[in-house]
Amino acid sequence: MGEMRFMPAGDRAMVVEFGNEISEAINNQVHALEARLTESQIAGIVELVPTFRSLMVYYDPYKTSFHELKKTIQAFGNILGNSGDAKKRILKIPCCYGARFGLDLKDMEEHTGLSRDEIIQIHSSVDYKIYMMGFLPGFVYLGGLDKRIEMPRLKTPRVKILPGAVGIGGSQTGVYPVASPGGWRLMGGTPVDFYDPDREEPILCKAGEYIRFVPITIDDYYDIRHMIVKGAYQVETVEEGDEECQ
Amino acid sequence: MSVKVIMPGVLTTVQDAGRFGYQKSGIRTAGVMDMESFEKANYLVGNEHGEAVLEATLYGGTMEFTEDTVIALTGADMEPKVNQVPVPMNRPIEIKTGDSLSLGMAKEGCRTYIAAAGGIDVPTVMGSRSTDIKCRIGGYQGRALAAGDEVKLGAGKSYEEVKDRRAQAVSYPALISLRVIPGPQEEYFTEQGKKTFYNETYTISDQSDRMGYRLEGAAVESVNGTDIVSDGIPLGAIQVPASGKPIILLADRQTTGGYAKIGTVCSFDIPKLVQAKPGDQVRFTPISVEEAQNMY
Repeated sequence: MGEMRFMPAGDRAMVVEFGNEISEAINNQVHALEARLTESQIAGIVELVPTFRSLMVYYDPYKTSFHELKKTIQAFGNILGNSGDAKKRILKIPCCYGARFGLDLKDMEEHTGLSRDEIIQIHSSVDYKIYMMGFLPGFVYLGGLDKRIEMPRLKTPRVKILPGAVGIGGSQTGVYPVASPGGWRLMGGTPVDFYDPDREEPILCKAGEYIRFVPITIDDYYDIRHMIVKGAYQVETVEEGDEECQ
Repeated sequence: MSVKVIMPGVLTTVQDAGRFGYQKSGIRTAGVMDMESFEKANYLVGNEHGEAVLEATLYGGTMEFTEDTVIALTGADMEPKVNQVPVPMNRPIEIKTGDSLSLGMAKEGCRTYIAAAGGIDVPTVMGSRSTDIKCRIGGYQGRALAAGDEVKLGAGKSYEEVKDRRAQAVSYPALISLRVIPGPQEEYFTEQGKKTFYNETYTISDQSDRMGYRLEGAAVESVNGTDIVSDGIPLGAIQVPASGKPIILLADRQTTGGYAKIGTVCSFDIPKLVQAKPGDQVRFTPISVEEAQNMY
Protein backbone atom coordinates (compact mmCIF):
# COMPACT_ATOMS: atom_id res chain seq x y z
CA MET A 1 0.00 0.00 0.00
CA GLY A 2 1.38 3.37 -0.99
CA GLU A 3 1.87 6.43 1.17
CA MET A 4 0.15 9.52 -0.18
CA ARG A 5 2.28 12.07 -2.08
CA PHE A 6 0.85 15.51 -2.82
CA MET A 7 1.98 17.41 -5.89
CA PRO A 8 0.70 20.61 -7.47
CA ALA A 9 -0.64 20.28 -11.01
CA GLY A 10 -0.80 24.01 -11.56
CA ASP A 11 -2.67 26.45 -9.34
CA ARG A 12 -6.07 24.76 -9.74
CA ALA A 13 -5.35 21.07 -9.37
CA MET A 14 -3.46 18.67 -7.15
CA VAL A 15 -2.24 15.12 -7.68
CA VAL A 16 -2.55 12.72 -4.76
CA GLU A 17 -0.33 9.80 -5.67
CA PHE A 18 -0.29 6.38 -4.00
CA GLY A 19 2.53 4.78 -5.94
CA ASN A 20 4.26 4.56 -9.24
CA GLU A 21 3.06 1.27 -10.67
CA ILE A 22 -0.07 -0.39 -11.94
CA SER A 23 -1.44 -2.58 -9.22
CA GLU A 24 -4.90 -3.52 -8.08
CA ALA A 25 -4.12 -2.56 -4.46
CA ILE A 26 -2.96 0.94 -5.39
CA ASN A 27 -5.86 1.46 -7.80
CA ASN A 28 -8.29 0.47 -5.04
CA GLN A 29 -6.76 3.13 -2.78
CA VAL A 30 -7.30 5.75 -5.47
CA HIS A 31 -10.97 4.84 -5.77
CA ALA A 32 -11.34 4.77 -1.98
CA LEU A 33 -9.97 8.32 -1.67
CA GLU A 34 -12.28 9.45 -4.46
CA ALA A 35 -15.27 8.00 -2.60
CA ARG A 36 -14.11 9.56 0.67
CA LEU A 37 -13.74 13.03 -0.88
CA THR A 38 -17.05 12.74 -2.69
CA GLU A 39 -18.93 11.99 0.51
CA SER A 40 -17.01 14.59 2.55
CA GLN A 41 -18.20 17.41 0.25
CA ILE A 42 -15.16 19.58 0.92
CA ALA A 43 -15.59 23.21 -0.10
CA GLY A 44 -13.73 24.16 -3.24
CA ILE A 45 -13.36 20.73 -4.84
CA VAL A 46 -14.58 20.99 -8.43
CA GLU A 47 -13.96 17.57 -9.96
CA LEU A 48 -12.16 14.32 -9.19
CA VAL A 49 -10.42 12.21 -11.81
CA PRO A 50 -9.20 8.82 -10.56
CA THR A 51 -6.38 7.19 -12.50
CA PHE A 52 -4.26 4.04 -12.02
CA ARG A 53 -2.21 5.23 -9.10
CA SER A 54 -3.26 8.78 -8.35
CA LEU A 55 -6.28 11.00 -7.94
CA MET A 56 -6.43 14.35 -9.72
CA VAL A 57 -8.27 16.81 -7.50
CA TYR A 58 -9.47 19.90 -9.37
CA TYR A 59 -10.27 22.77 -7.03
CA ASP A 60 -11.26 26.40 -6.96
CA PRO A 61 -8.26 28.31 -5.55
CA TYR A 62 -10.57 31.13 -4.45
CA LYS A 63 -12.24 28.72 -2.00
CA THR A 64 -9.31 26.61 -0.86
CA SER A 65 -5.57 26.27 -1.51
CA PHE A 66 -3.03 23.56 -2.18
CA HIS A 67 -1.92 23.53 1.45
CA GLU A 68 -5.40 23.60 2.93
CA LEU A 69 -6.53 20.67 0.78
CA LYS A 70 -3.39 18.72 1.50
CA LYS A 71 -3.93 19.12 5.25
CA THR A 72 -7.56 18.06 4.95
CA ILE A 73 -6.67 14.89 3.04
CA GLN A 74 -3.74 14.05 5.31
CA ALA A 75 -6.14 14.22 8.24
CA PHE A 76 -8.04 11.26 6.75
CA GLY A 77 -5.14 9.05 7.81
CA ASN A 78 -4.40 5.88 5.88
CA ILE A 79 -6.61 5.25 2.89
CA LEU A 80 -7.36 1.57 2.51
CA GLY A 81 -8.93 0.27 -0.67
CA ASN A 82 -11.49 -2.55 -0.65
CA SER A 83 -10.67 -5.45 -2.85
CA GLY A 84 -13.96 -7.35 -2.73
CA ASP A 85 -14.98 -7.54 -6.37
CA ALA A 86 -17.93 -9.93 -6.34
CA LYS A 87 -18.33 -10.52 -10.09
CA LYS A 88 -16.02 -10.58 -13.04
CA ARG A 89 -17.79 -9.32 -16.14
CA ILE A 90 -15.79 -9.94 -19.29
CA LEU A 91 -16.41 -8.21 -22.63
CA LYS A 92 -15.17 -10.25 -25.56
CA ILE A 93 -13.72 -7.79 -28.04
CA PRO A 94 -13.05 -9.11 -31.56
CA CYS A 95 -9.64 -7.94 -32.77
CA CYS A 96 -8.06 -8.28 -36.19
CA TYR A 97 -4.32 -8.45 -35.46
CA GLY A 98 -1.97 -7.39 -38.23
CA ALA A 99 -3.52 -6.74 -41.66
CA ARG A 100 -3.74 -2.99 -42.19
CA PHE A 101 -3.99 -2.39 -38.44
CA GLY A 102 -0.71 -3.86 -37.23
CA LEU A 103 1.56 -0.96 -38.13
CA ASP A 104 4.02 -1.64 -35.32
CA LEU A 105 3.94 -5.47 -35.18
CA LYS A 106 7.26 -5.70 -36.97
CA ASP A 107 8.91 -3.32 -34.47
CA MET A 108 7.35 -5.35 -31.69
CA GLU A 109 8.87 -8.56 -33.04
CA GLU A 110 12.28 -6.90 -33.07
CA HIS A 111 11.89 -5.36 -29.62
CA THR A 112 10.47 -8.42 -27.86
CA GLY A 113 12.30 -11.15 -29.75
CA LEU A 114 8.97 -12.95 -30.15
CA SER A 115 7.21 -13.92 -33.37
CA ARG A 116 4.04 -12.10 -34.32
CA ASP A 117 1.98 -15.22 -33.59
CA GLU A 118 3.47 -15.42 -30.12
CA ILE A 119 2.78 -11.74 -29.49
CA ILE A 120 -0.84 -12.16 -30.60
CA GLN A 121 -1.27 -15.33 -28.56
CA ILE A 122 0.09 -13.62 -25.43
CA HIS A 123 -1.99 -10.47 -25.96
CA SER A 124 -5.26 -12.36 -26.50
CA SER A 125 -4.96 -14.81 -23.63
CA VAL A 126 -5.38 -12.37 -20.73
CA ASP A 127 -8.53 -10.91 -19.21
CA TYR A 128 -7.57 -7.28 -18.72
CA LYS A 129 -9.11 -5.35 -15.86
CA ILE A 130 -10.32 -1.82 -16.66
CA TYR A 131 -8.53 0.24 -14.01
CA MET A 132 -9.59 3.64 -15.29
CA MET A 133 -11.14 5.53 -18.16
CA GLY A 134 -9.73 8.69 -19.64
CA PHE A 135 -7.66 10.31 -22.35
CA LEU A 136 -10.58 10.08 -24.78
CA PRO A 137 -14.30 9.30 -24.33
CA GLY A 138 -14.58 5.59 -23.68
CA PHE A 139 -10.84 4.95 -23.60
CA VAL A 140 -10.07 2.03 -21.28
CA TYR A 141 -6.85 1.75 -19.35
CA LEU A 142 -6.23 -1.94 -18.83
CA GLY A 143 -4.14 -3.74 -16.27
CA GLY A 144 -2.58 -7.16 -16.75
CA LEU A 145 -0.38 -6.83 -19.83
CA ASP A 146 2.22 -9.59 -20.02
CA LYS A 147 5.69 -8.12 -19.41
CA ARG A 148 7.07 -9.99 -22.41
CA ILE A 149 5.13 -7.76 -24.81
CA GLU A 150 5.65 -4.37 -23.17
CA MET A 151 6.70 -1.74 -25.72
CA PRO A 152 8.03 1.82 -25.24
CA ARG A 153 5.78 4.48 -26.77
CA LEU A 154 6.75 6.14 -30.04
CA LYS A 155 9.33 8.91 -29.68
CA THR A 156 7.02 11.30 -31.49
CA PRO A 157 3.31 10.50 -31.26
CA ARG A 158 1.44 9.83 -34.52
CA VAL A 159 -0.69 12.77 -35.61
CA LYS A 160 -3.72 10.58 -36.36
CA ILE A 161 -4.71 7.10 -35.25
CA LEU A 162 -8.03 5.68 -36.43
CA PRO A 163 -10.82 4.58 -34.06
CA GLY A 164 -10.68 0.91 -33.11
CA ALA A 165 -6.87 0.72 -33.18
CA VAL A 166 -5.53 -1.72 -30.58
CA GLY A 167 -2.10 -1.00 -29.20
CA ILE A 168 0.48 -1.14 -26.46
CA GLY A 169 2.12 1.81 -24.70
CA GLY A 170 4.70 0.89 -22.09
CA SER A 171 3.07 -1.58 -19.72
CA GLN A 172 -0.46 -0.72 -20.88
CA THR A 173 -2.69 -1.96 -23.65
CA GLY A 174 -5.97 -0.58 -24.96
CA VAL A 175 -8.13 0.63 -27.83
CA TYR A 176 -8.38 4.09 -29.43
CA PRO A 177 -12.12 4.95 -29.29
CA VAL A 178 -11.97 7.96 -31.64
CA ALA A 179 -9.48 9.26 -34.18
CA SER A 180 -6.67 10.82 -32.21
CA PRO A 181 -2.99 11.60 -32.06
CA GLY A 182 -1.19 9.03 -29.97
CA GLY A 183 2.09 7.35 -29.18
CA TRP A 184 1.07 3.73 -28.65
CA ARG A 185 2.42 0.86 -30.77
CA LEU A 186 -0.36 -0.42 -32.99
CA MET A 187 -0.95 -4.16 -33.39
CA GLY A 188 -4.57 -4.64 -34.44
CA GLY A 189 -8.01 -3.20 -34.96
CA THR A 190 -11.44 -3.92 -33.49
CA PRO A 191 -14.65 -3.24 -35.42
CA VAL A 192 -16.41 -2.49 -32.12
CA ASP A 193 -17.09 1.15 -31.21
CA PHE A 194 -15.83 1.88 -27.70
CA TYR A 195 -17.46 5.28 -28.05
CA ASP A 196 -20.44 6.12 -30.21
CA PRO A 197 -22.18 9.42 -29.47
CA ASP A 198 -25.31 8.26 -31.33
CA ARG A 199 -25.69 5.06 -29.30
CA GLU A 200 -28.04 5.10 -26.34
CA GLU A 201 -25.09 4.36 -24.04
CA PRO A 202 -22.20 6.16 -25.79
CA ILE A 203 -19.47 4.64 -23.62
CA LEU A 204 -19.06 0.86 -24.07
CA CYS A 205 -17.54 -0.17 -20.76
CA LYS A 206 -16.94 0.83 -17.16
CA ALA A 207 -13.97 0.75 -14.82
CA GLY A 208 -13.98 -2.57 -12.96
CA GLU A 209 -15.08 -4.68 -15.95
CA TYR A 210 -12.71 -6.94 -17.90
CA ILE A 211 -11.77 -7.12 -21.56
CA ARG A 212 -10.64 -10.16 -23.54
CA PHE A 213 -9.39 -9.73 -27.10
CA VAL A 214 -10.57 -12.45 -29.49
CA PRO A 215 -8.48 -12.77 -32.68
CA ILE A 216 -10.51 -12.51 -35.89
CA THR A 217 -9.68 -12.36 -39.60
CA ILE A 218 -9.98 -9.27 -41.76
CA ASP A 219 -13.13 -10.80 -43.31
CA ASP A 220 -14.69 -11.22 -39.86
CA TYR A 221 -13.73 -7.62 -39.20
CA TYR A 222 -15.71 -6.33 -42.16
CA ASP A 223 -18.67 -8.65 -41.44
CA ILE A 224 -18.90 -7.41 -37.85
CA ARG A 225 -18.44 -3.82 -38.95
CA HIS A 226 -21.33 -4.28 -41.38
CA MET A 227 -23.55 -5.68 -38.61
CA ILE A 228 -22.61 -2.79 -36.30
CA VAL A 229 -23.59 -0.23 -38.91
CA LYS A 230 -26.96 -2.01 -39.29
CA GLY A 231 -27.37 -2.02 -35.49
CA ALA A 232 -27.37 -5.85 -35.45
CA TYR A 233 -24.28 -6.51 -33.37
CA GLN A 234 -23.95 -6.95 -29.63
CA VAL A 235 -20.63 -7.37 -27.85
CA GLU A 236 -20.55 -10.80 -26.24
CA THR A 237 -20.14 -10.68 -22.48
CA VAL A 238 -19.48 -13.50 -20.06
CA GLU A 239 -19.56 -13.64 -16.29
CA GLU A 240 -16.69 -15.40 -14.61
CA GLY A 241 -17.47 -19.10 -14.10
CA ASP A 242 -20.19 -19.59 -16.72
CA GLU A 243 -17.92 -19.21 -19.70
CA GLU A 244 -18.10 -22.89 -20.62
CA CYS A 245 -21.86 -22.54 -21.13
CA GLN A 246 -21.41 -20.08 -24.01
CA MET B 1 -33.50 35.18 -33.11
CA SER B 2 -30.43 33.84 -34.77
CA VAL B 3 -27.15 34.48 -36.50
CA LYS B 4 -26.55 33.00 -39.93
CA VAL B 5 -23.12 32.06 -41.22
CA ILE B 6 -22.52 33.53 -44.67
CA MET B 7 -18.84 32.76 -44.99
CA PRO B 8 -17.26 30.54 -42.34
CA GLY B 9 -13.96 31.43 -40.73
CA VAL B 10 -11.00 29.10 -40.30
CA LEU B 11 -12.45 27.58 -37.14
CA THR B 12 -15.42 29.16 -35.42
CA THR B 13 -17.10 27.18 -32.64
CA VAL B 14 -19.69 27.70 -29.92
CA GLN B 15 -17.97 27.63 -26.52
CA ASP B 16 -18.73 28.37 -22.88
CA ALA B 17 -16.59 27.87 -19.78
CA GLY B 18 -16.34 24.12 -20.49
CA ARG B 19 -17.83 20.73 -19.66
CA PHE B 20 -16.90 19.71 -16.14
CA GLY B 21 -17.73 16.61 -14.11
CA TYR B 22 -17.25 13.94 -16.79
CA GLN B 23 -13.50 13.75 -17.13
CA LYS B 24 -13.54 10.42 -15.27
CA SER B 25 -15.32 8.86 -18.28
CA GLY B 26 -12.82 10.41 -20.63
CA ILE B 27 -15.03 13.31 -21.68
CA ARG B 28 -12.78 16.32 -22.15
CA THR B 29 -13.76 19.78 -20.94
CA ALA B 30 -13.41 21.76 -24.20
CA GLY B 31 -14.60 25.34 -23.53
CA VAL B 32 -13.16 28.72 -24.47
CA MET B 33 -9.40 28.94 -24.83
CA ASP B 34 -9.19 32.52 -23.52
CA MET B 35 -11.31 32.74 -20.37
CA GLU B 36 -10.49 36.43 -19.84
CA SER B 37 -11.78 37.57 -23.25
CA PHE B 38 -14.81 35.29 -22.84
CA GLU B 39 -15.77 36.88 -19.53
CA LYS B 40 -15.23 40.38 -20.89
CA ALA B 41 -17.38 39.72 -23.96
CA ASN B 42 -20.24 38.44 -21.83
CA TYR B 43 -19.92 41.41 -19.45
CA LEU B 44 -20.13 43.88 -22.32
CA VAL B 45 -23.47 42.52 -23.55
CA GLY B 46 -24.90 42.08 -20.06
CA ASN B 47 -24.73 38.26 -19.84
CA GLU B 48 -24.25 37.15 -16.27
CA HIS B 49 -24.12 33.36 -16.27
CA GLY B 50 -21.21 32.40 -18.48
CA GLU B 51 -23.41 32.26 -21.60
CA ALA B 52 -22.01 30.59 -24.69
CA VAL B 53 -20.17 32.73 -27.24
CA LEU B 54 -18.56 32.19 -30.64
CA GLU B 55 -14.82 31.67 -30.68
CA ALA B 56 -13.29 32.56 -34.06
CA THR B 57 -9.75 31.47 -34.85
CA LEU B 58 -7.29 33.46 -37.04
CA TYR B 59 -9.89 34.50 -39.61
CA GLY B 60 -13.52 35.07 -38.68
CA GLY B 61 -15.61 35.19 -41.86
CA THR B 62 -19.02 36.79 -42.26
CA MET B 63 -22.32 36.33 -40.45
CA GLU B 64 -25.71 37.95 -40.56
CA PHE B 65 -28.18 38.66 -37.76
CA THR B 66 -31.89 37.96 -38.25
CA GLU B 67 -33.07 40.28 -35.50
CA ASP B 68 -32.06 43.28 -33.38
CA THR B 69 -29.52 42.41 -30.71
CA VAL B 70 -26.35 43.67 -29.09
CA ILE B 71 -22.98 42.03 -29.58
CA ALA B 72 -19.41 42.57 -28.37
CA LEU B 73 -16.04 41.47 -29.70
CA THR B 74 -12.99 40.80 -27.52
CA GLY B 75 -9.64 39.07 -27.89
CA ALA B 76 -7.82 39.17 -31.22
CA ASP B 77 -8.55 42.18 -33.43
CA MET B 78 -9.89 40.88 -36.75
CA GLU B 79 -10.80 44.39 -37.90
CA PRO B 80 -14.53 43.80 -37.49
CA LYS B 81 -17.03 45.57 -39.72
CA VAL B 82 -20.79 45.82 -39.55
CA ASN B 83 -22.29 46.36 -43.02
CA GLN B 84 -18.75 47.12 -44.27
CA VAL B 85 -18.25 49.89 -41.69
CA PRO B 86 -15.47 49.35 -39.11
CA VAL B 87 -16.70 48.83 -35.54
CA PRO B 88 -14.71 48.90 -32.30
CA MET B 89 -13.56 45.99 -30.19
CA ASN B 90 -14.22 45.81 -26.45
CA ARG B 91 -17.54 47.65 -26.31
CA PRO B 92 -21.19 46.86 -27.01
CA ILE B 93 -22.30 47.16 -30.64
CA GLU B 94 -25.92 47.68 -31.60
CA ILE B 95 -27.13 45.25 -34.26
CA LYS B 96 -30.25 45.66 -36.37
CA THR B 97 -32.13 42.98 -38.26
CA GLY B 98 -30.23 42.03 -41.39
CA ASP B 99 -26.90 43.54 -40.29
CA SER B 100 -23.84 41.61 -41.35
CA LEU B 101 -20.71 41.26 -39.26
CA SER B 102 -17.50 40.53 -41.12
CA LEU B 103 -14.18 39.62 -39.58
CA GLY B 104 -10.85 39.53 -41.38
CA MET B 105 -7.52 38.01 -40.43
CA ALA B 106 -6.37 38.48 -36.85
CA LYS B 107 -4.01 41.47 -36.81
CA GLU B 108 -2.63 40.56 -33.42
CA GLY B 109 -3.62 37.57 -31.31
CA CYS B 110 -5.33 34.45 -32.55
CA ARG B 111 -8.89 34.16 -31.22
CA THR B 112 -11.81 36.57 -31.27
CA TYR B 113 -14.82 36.16 -28.98
CA ILE B 114 -18.23 37.23 -30.21
CA ALA B 115 -20.85 37.48 -27.49
CA ALA B 116 -24.49 38.30 -28.13
CA ALA B 117 -26.98 39.44 -25.49
CA GLY B 118 -28.70 36.31 -24.18
CA GLY B 119 -25.89 34.06 -25.38
CA ILE B 120 -25.66 31.47 -28.14
CA ASP B 121 -28.61 29.17 -27.66
CA VAL B 122 -27.59 25.62 -28.53
CA PRO B 123 -28.69 22.57 -26.51
CA THR B 124 -26.80 21.88 -23.30
CA VAL B 125 -24.97 18.55 -23.36
CA MET B 126 -23.66 17.24 -20.03
CA GLY B 127 -24.07 20.67 -18.50
CA SER B 128 -22.29 22.67 -21.19
CA ARG B 129 -22.81 24.25 -24.61
CA SER B 130 -19.15 23.92 -25.56
CA THR B 131 -18.24 22.25 -28.83
CA ASP B 132 -16.03 19.21 -28.44
CA ILE B 133 -15.10 18.78 -32.09
CA LYS B 134 -13.15 15.58 -31.71
CA CYS B 135 -15.94 13.77 -29.90
CA ARG B 136 -18.77 15.49 -31.80
CA ILE B 137 -20.39 16.67 -28.58
CA GLY B 138 -22.19 19.93 -27.85
CA GLY B 139 -22.07 23.29 -29.61
CA TYR B 140 -23.67 23.47 -33.03
CA GLN B 141 -24.05 19.81 -34.10
CA GLY B 142 -20.75 19.00 -32.44
CA ARG B 143 -18.74 20.76 -35.12
CA ALA B 144 -17.27 24.05 -36.32
CA LEU B 145 -19.67 26.45 -38.03
CA ALA B 146 -20.09 26.18 -41.80
CA ALA B 147 -21.73 28.37 -44.45
CA GLY B 148 -25.52 28.34 -44.16
CA ASP B 149 -25.62 27.34 -40.48
CA GLU B 150 -28.18 29.27 -38.48
CA VAL B 151 -27.38 29.47 -34.79
CA LYS B 152 -30.07 30.57 -32.35
CA LEU B 153 -29.53 33.41 -29.90
CA GLY B 154 -31.10 33.72 -26.46
CA ALA B 155 -33.05 36.70 -25.20
CA GLY B 156 -30.93 39.24 -23.37
CA LYS B 157 -30.40 42.88 -22.50
CA SER B 158 -31.00 45.73 -24.94
CA TYR B 159 -28.32 48.04 -26.31
CA GLU B 160 -29.66 50.89 -24.15
CA GLU B 161 -29.07 48.88 -20.99
CA VAL B 162 -25.40 48.10 -21.70
CA LYS B 163 -24.20 50.82 -24.07
CA ASP B 164 -21.82 52.44 -21.58
CA ARG B 165 -19.92 49.28 -20.76
CA ARG B 166 -16.26 49.12 -21.81
CA ALA B 167 -13.41 46.66 -21.52
CA GLN B 168 -9.68 47.23 -21.75
CA ALA B 169 -7.97 46.29 -25.00
CA VAL B 170 -5.15 43.77 -24.60
CA SER B 171 -2.04 43.62 -26.74
CA TYR B 172 -0.55 40.32 -27.81
CA PRO B 173 3.22 40.43 -28.27
CA ALA B 174 5.09 37.83 -30.32
CA LEU B 175 7.27 36.83 -27.35
CA ILE B 176 5.53 35.97 -24.10
CA SER B 177 6.71 34.92 -20.70
CA LEU B 178 4.73 32.26 -18.85
CA ARG B 179 4.82 31.43 -15.16
CA VAL B 180 5.00 27.70 -14.52
CA ILE B 181 4.41 25.68 -11.35
CA PRO B 182 6.92 22.78 -11.49
CA GLY B 183 5.53 19.25 -11.27
CA PRO B 184 3.90 16.82 -10.95
CA GLN B 185 6.70 14.83 -12.66
CA GLU B 186 9.61 17.23 -12.37
CA GLU B 187 11.88 14.46 -11.08
CA TYR B 188 11.75 12.76 -14.51
CA PHE B 189 14.03 15.50 -15.86
CA THR B 190 17.74 16.06 -15.32
CA GLU B 191 19.09 19.28 -13.78
CA GLN B 192 20.35 20.13 -17.27
CA GLY B 193 16.90 19.39 -18.72
CA LYS B 194 15.19 21.75 -16.27
CA LYS B 195 17.81 24.40 -16.94
CA THR B 196 17.19 24.09 -20.67
CA PHE B 197 13.44 24.34 -20.21
CA TYR B 198 13.57 27.48 -18.07
CA ASN B 199 16.32 29.24 -20.03
CA GLU B 200 15.54 28.57 -23.66
CA THR B 201 13.05 30.34 -25.89
CA TYR B 202 10.55 28.04 -27.61
CA THR B 203 8.63 28.63 -30.82
CA ILE B 204 5.00 27.62 -31.19
CA SER B 205 4.86 25.09 -34.03
CA ASP B 206 2.22 25.07 -36.75
CA GLN B 207 1.04 21.72 -35.42
CA SER B 208 -0.75 23.61 -32.66
CA ASP B 209 -4.47 23.77 -32.08
CA ARG B 210 -7.16 23.91 -29.38
CA MET B 211 -5.88 20.62 -28.00
CA GLY B 212 -2.34 21.74 -27.43
CA TYR B 213 0.59 23.87 -28.53
CA ARG B 214 3.58 21.90 -29.70
CA LEU B 215 6.84 23.76 -29.17
CA GLU B 216 9.99 23.80 -31.24
CA GLY B 217 13.31 24.45 -29.55
CA ALA B 218 15.95 22.81 -27.39
CA ALA B 219 15.03 19.28 -26.28
CA VAL B 220 14.43 18.85 -22.54
CA GLU B 221 16.63 16.08 -21.22
CA SER B 222 15.02 13.39 -19.10
CA VAL B 223 16.65 11.10 -16.57
CA ASN B 224 15.42 7.90 -18.17
CA GLY B 225 12.64 8.56 -20.66
CA THR B 226 9.33 10.31 -20.05
CA ASP B 227 6.82 7.46 -20.14
CA ILE B 228 4.76 7.45 -16.97
CA VAL B 229 1.81 5.43 -15.74
CA SER B 230 -0.98 7.59 -17.20
CA ASP B 231 -2.52 10.19 -14.93
CA GLY B 232 -4.76 13.27 -15.14
CA ILE B 233 -3.92 16.29 -17.31
CA PRO B 234 -4.95 19.76 -16.13
CA LEU B 235 -5.26 22.82 -18.36
CA GLY B 236 -1.81 24.19 -19.11
CA ALA B 237 0.08 20.98 -18.34
CA ILE B 238 3.44 20.86 -20.13
CA GLN B 239 4.16 17.31 -21.17
CA VAL B 240 7.44 16.24 -22.66
CA PRO B 241 7.40 13.22 -24.97
CA ALA B 242 10.57 11.27 -25.69
CA SER B 243 11.57 13.75 -28.42
CA GLY B 244 12.13 16.28 -25.60
CA LYS B 245 9.97 18.91 -27.34
CA PRO B 246 7.38 20.21 -24.85
CA ILE B 247 3.65 20.27 -25.60
CA ILE B 248 1.34 22.59 -23.63
CA LEU B 249 -2.11 21.05 -23.26
CA LEU B 250 -5.09 23.34 -23.63
CA ALA B 251 -8.91 23.44 -23.75
CA ASP B 252 -9.45 20.38 -25.99
CA ARG B 253 -6.78 18.32 -24.23
CA GLN B 254 -7.36 14.68 -23.41
CA THR B 255 -8.34 14.01 -19.78
CA THR B 256 -5.37 11.75 -19.01
CA GLY B 257 -2.07 10.87 -20.63
CA GLY B 258 1.20 9.03 -20.26
CA TYR B 259 4.01 11.52 -20.79
CA ALA B 260 5.80 13.14 -17.84
CA LYS B 261 4.76 16.71 -17.13
CA ILE B 262 7.57 19.06 -16.18
CA GLY B 263 5.18 21.78 -15.01
CA THR B 264 1.84 23.52 -15.47
CA VAL B 265 1.32 27.03 -16.86
CA CYS B 266 -0.46 29.18 -14.23
CA SER B 267 -4.15 29.67 -14.95
CA PHE B 268 -3.73 33.45 -15.10
CA ASP B 269 -1.15 33.17 -17.90
CA ILE B 270 -3.27 30.90 -20.12
CA PRO B 271 -5.20 33.78 -21.78
CA LYS B 272 -2.07 35.37 -23.24
CA LEU B 273 -0.67 31.98 -24.26
CA VAL B 274 -3.74 30.95 -26.26
CA GLN B 275 -3.69 34.22 -28.17
CA ALA B 276 -0.20 33.35 -29.44
CA LYS B 277 0.02 32.04 -33.01
CA PRO B 278 2.32 29.50 -34.66
CA GLY B 279 5.69 31.22 -34.99
CA ASP B 280 5.28 33.25 -31.80
CA GLN B 281 7.69 32.53 -28.96
CA VAL B 282 7.39 31.62 -25.30
CA ARG B 283 9.69 31.54 -22.29
CA PHE B 284 9.04 29.86 -18.95
CA THR B 285 9.66 31.05 -15.38
CA PRO B 286 9.17 28.72 -12.41
CA ILE B 287 7.10 29.86 -9.44
CA SER B 288 5.79 27.95 -6.44
CA VAL B 289 2.13 27.08 -5.97
CA GLU B 290 2.12 29.34 -2.87
CA GLU B 291 3.37 32.31 -4.88
CA ALA B 292 0.81 31.64 -7.59
CA GLN B 293 -2.06 31.38 -5.15
CA ASN B 294 -1.01 34.65 -3.48
CA MET B 295 -1.33 36.51 -6.77
CA TYR B 296 -5.10 36.39 -7.11
